[in-house]
Amino acid sequence: MNPVVAAPSVATARQPASVDAALERELADFVAMEAALLDAGRYDEWLALFADDGRYWVPLQGAAQVDPISHNSLAYEDRLLLTLRVERLKNPRAHSQQPRSRCQHVLQRSIAVESTDAAADGYELRTPFLYVESRDHEPVMLTGSYRHVLVAVDGAWKIRLKRVDLLDADRSLPAIQLFI
Amino acid sequence: MEAGAVTGLAAPALRGGAGLRSAVRALVEEDRVHRDLYLSDELFELEQQHFFATTWSYLGHASQVPEAGDYLTVEIGGRPLVMVRQSDGAIRVLFNRCAHKGTRLVSEAHGNVGRHFRCPYHAWTYRLDGTPMGVPLKAGYEGTRLDACESGRGMTALSNVAVYRDFVFVKLSDDGPGFDDYFGDVLRALDNMVDRSPEGRLRIDGGCLRNVIRCNWKIYLENINDTVHPMSTHQSAVDAAHCLWKDQPADAPKPMAMEQILPFGAGYDFFDRMGGRAYPNGHSVLGIHFSIHSGYAQLPDYEAALRDVHGAERTAEILQRSPQNAVLYPSLAVKGSPQSIRVIRPLAADRTLVEAWSFRVAGAPDVLFERTQTYNRLVFSPMSVVAHDDVHLFESIQRGLHADGNPWVSLHRNFDRKELEGGTIETKGTSELLMRNQYRAWAKSMLQGMEAR
Repeated sequence: MNPVVAAPSVATARQPASVDAALERELADFVAMEAALLDAGRYDEWLALFADDGRYWVPLQGAAQVDPISHNSLAYEDRLLLTLRVERLKNPRAHSQQPRSRCQHVLQRSIAVESTDAAADGYELRTPFLYVESRDHEPVMLTGSYRHVLVAVDGAWKIRLKRVDLLDADRSLPAIQLFI
Repeated sequence: MEAGAVTGLAAPALRGGAGLRSAVRALVEEDRVHRDLYLSDELFELEQQHFFATTWSYLGHASQVPEAGDYLTVEIGGRPLVMVRQSDGAIRVLFNRCAHKGTRLVSEAHGNVGRHFRCPYHAWTYRLDGTPMGVPLKAGYEGTRLDACESGRGMTALSNVAVYRDFVFVKLSDDGPGFDDYFGDVLRALDNMVDRSPEGRLRIDGGCLRNVIRCNWKIYLENINDTVHPMSTHQSAVDAAHCLWKDQPADAPKPMAMEQILPFGAGYDFFDRMGGRAYPNGHSVLGIHFSIHSGYAQLPDYEAALRDVHGAERTAEILQRSPQNAVLYPSLAVKGSPQSIRVIRPLAADRTLVEAWSFRVAGAPDVLFERTQTYNRLVFSPMSVVAHDDVHLFESIQRGLHADGNPWVSLHRNFDRKELEGGTIETKGTSELLMRNQYRAWAKSMLQGMEAR
């Protein structure tokens, strides 16, 4: 497993007002590192960043969506389904990966925000992004904002939720094969 | 027939009249079809003009326009349409075009127009049934021929609209068969889904997953009846699912996602035995005995509620019948359980829009809706690991067919000369009859449309 970031100081207060610059920088570094692992195709290490109850969520209504149950999503996956995705990508019979897809995440600075989850025991960050996925020289470009909920587990930051709010989540889309 | 003779479709000498019709007829043989069906831009234009004018297409669901003035816009056969709920509760479908200069009267996917349509360009207004209400500077039209011509008659209403158990279908022209004759007994597939509601009502909910695939629409539609591809096409997704689940005890409750993905790995024998039925006009039901959807967990309270409404016998019949797919050719694929439909919208010879919609079943527990949304997300989302391999292969066919040496697509499996007599035919699940049946219907409706004009 990748030596991610230094152990967080969990005793610090949880409201953004009290997220000091150093902590915000530490959390932002984590988000940047997470995207870099995807760009490098290091999926096992990426998967290890998720908490046991972690979720990867791409709502169909983008930032407007209230929950993953009452409305559908492009993806709403727990560790089991994320693992299935990663294992499939390793399979030589993953036909749609011949040739392989490549991706590039371009991130704007992450900002700590007031958590939308009242019960959250972690920190929430908002990160505007541009995502390009390319295969066979036909790129798909997507843009939007991430909302990461990061929690401290055994001295390391883990992802409880990576929410991908696309600008145009409800438009007609070609296949998106990797992780936005 | 020699391939060279057929590809004369694009030759100027064959354009128009009987020559063109015989060229089109020659593209569909009894056990194979010519690649022009998928590749030709000219043929796509002919389809838009003729095929989609004489066949019944699914437009939308009545639950999408619950209140008077609610509308839904769709393009079928390249024509802009608007379905609108009337003040008396009826549903009408109009061409979405101002009678004046052609502006679309509404440009959102759905919304509410209030009591009337009002053109944003010059403020011509129309009642919800499309009849004209008013124009500014009315005096300027006195003594002109406006009232006597098309532009004075308002928005054109489609005369061939059928609402079957809230599913709205249209036929663009007066040519071709009536609704009941066209669909016949395949409508039982819609009954099966609607009757799963103790209240007899479905409601579209949860949004629509929209996929753009760079392939001809017929490649997608024939794959809906292809039971021989899952073993090889979906091997990577199924292998991964098995790998994650193999250490679980046999009786461990499966997460919904596993319950839905693992059956994709069922073998040839399973798909063979599920059986299929071909109906006249290209329609079909695959999985007439059982399907990959038969093994979902039982829901005793819900089943009891259904028995109260339908009786034990009909309830058993409804619940035991979970076909893999019913195709209401050429625009709609239906699953009774989960309550999911796919709508196929051709965009160009090499581009197709596929929409997946979920239904809420009135009077049924929320878990049914969860099952439907989960299935659509896992299998029909642009991010679906199951669909990725399908989509790759459809797009691969679209490119591979440009090869020289063989301009034909083989549909020979289990061909039986007796099937040429038509009618409703039952067959094994792995037969390509259900695909041949689509192409026979394609040729018939194309020629019907071309002859009528």
